Amino acid sequence: MIEMFDVWKTYPNGTSALKGVNIRIEKGEFVYVVGPSGAGKSTFIKLMYREEKPSKGQIFLGGFNVSRIKERQIPTVRRSIGVVFQDFKLLPTLTVFENVAFAMEVIESNPKQIKPRVMDVLGLVKLKHKAKMLPNELSGGEQQRVALARALVNNPGIIIADEPTGNLDPETSWEIMKLFEEINQRGTTVVMATHNREIVNTMRKRVIAIEAGQIARDEQRGEYGYED
Amino acid sequence: MKIRTLGRHVREGVKNLGRNGWMSFASISAVTFTLFILGVFLVLAMNVNFFAQSVEKQVEIRVFMADLTTKENLQQFEQDVRALDKVESVQFISKDEGLKQFRESMGDKAYLFDGLEKGNPLPDAFVVKAKMPQDTAVLAAQIKQMKNVRSLNYGEGTVEKLFAATDTVRNVGIGFIIGLGFTAMFLIANTIKLTIVARRREIEIMKLVGATNWFIRWPFFVEGLLMGITGALIPIVILGVGYYYLLDAIKSSFEATQLFTLLPLFPLVYQVALALLAIGAFIGIWGSLVSVRRFLRV
Repeated sequence: MIEMFDVWKTYPNGTSALKGVNIRIEKGEFVYVVGPSGAGKSTFIKLMYREEKPSKGQIFLGGFNVSRIKERQIPTVRRSIGVVFQDFKLLPTLTVFENVAFAMEVIESNPKQIKPRVMDVLGLVKLKHKAKMLPNELSGGEQQRVALARALVNNPGIIIADEPTGNLDPETSWEIMKLFEEINQRGTTVVMATHNREIVNTMRKRVIAIEAGQIARDEQRGEYGYED
Repeated sequence: MKIRTLGRHVREGVKNLGRNGWMSFASISAVTFTLFILGVFLVLAMNVNFFAQSVEKQVEIRVFMADLTTKENLQQFEQDVRALDKVESVQFISKDEGLKQFRESMGDKAYLFDGLEKGNPLPDAFVVKAKMPQDTAVLAAQIKQMKNVRSLNYGEGTVEKLFAATDTVRNVGIGFIIGLGFTAMFLIANTIKLTIVARRREIEIMKLVGATNWFIRWPFFVEGLLMGITGALIPIVILGVGYYYLLDAIKSSFEATQLFTLLPLFPLVYQVALALLAIGAFIGIWGSLVSVRRFLRV
């Protein structure tokens, strides 16, 4: 569960990104975050995995008060969240398998469990057969699937995605969306910032629209609502 | 931290050295170069210090006793001087012995003093050495106050100048060593910073999937340590071999005179090696940790 109470964010340069946001996202929900560029979507997302700290207000995420935690507790919070980005953020020198295993090594998982678990999630994103390839030998959609596998490998309760289909063609985007849907069906909360009108309007979910740093709209089975 | 994780950090550190081969080479060269200069200065400074010490050790106080001081009083005086805490040694030179020494110092003109044995005009004397040569003047002042002392002599004026000179040499040496040390640190920090910039993405991903800061730092720590130590080994070998041949050359050309004594090869080489290794390791670790700090704030 994610909750925000009267959250404000002003950057050091004076930009006010969020102005009094209140939100409650239940466990197992699938939420789109939409809105014009520069309206505060990215800030909203970054506050959840504590890349940014709110200037004012409280944020609760899976039992942590993210707005209050100490620097050294951040890793603990991050281990309960999987993040996916528009640019995939894969390590180019590591193979597909190694990229996914990396996320387990880094949190000091038992090495015996790494291989079976990595193969498991690679099976989920249907890339088992490309485990030994390097990221630049894969298509964009495949790379995003590797990134998704990496986000999932440590069994997080929440997946946060910042424009995961932003760099993909429509057909590949749908493949990725189906994976997100499948992950959500298994009980994982999904929060996704997106500009993809077609997807939001077709795969109907809760829509939170952020405009000028405030929540303009919050509807179940909502529409995209912007003419891009 | 688990042992297995430590193994991973060491592997990663070594792998990164190879992966950024040229940058590592540049860093190690920077360490090698600066530590070599530092080592030369260290050897120089230690020898200057050794020379200064041997000169300083020759400083002594000659205390001349008043005429007709009784044997008991002489003994009492010697005890009292020994009891002073700045005193290293006290040596008694009786008037007869003083005359003998004096005649010897005159060489072939010694006959001029024939017959003086009966009415020896020389006083009984003591030679006093201070534990710390720099304390000589203070000690001399203390002794001057004591009973039965007629006069004393420790080369007043000359001694102070000598100490001022040796102190200057020491301080300049230390200043140079500190300055060079900082230059080396700066160079390493800079080179490691470049290797880290290249691995920025890796650090970012590690942070995002929940690695602790120390988990991220360790491989860099290992890498810096290895660079510092490798960089120190080369100058240690060069300095050791170079000094050996220098000693050899000096020995054959100055053997007779004994004018020019340098510190022996051992333990000097050990000391310099230890110092360079410690400095190399320290600046390597420091450089890598300082550079990585900036990238941990994701």
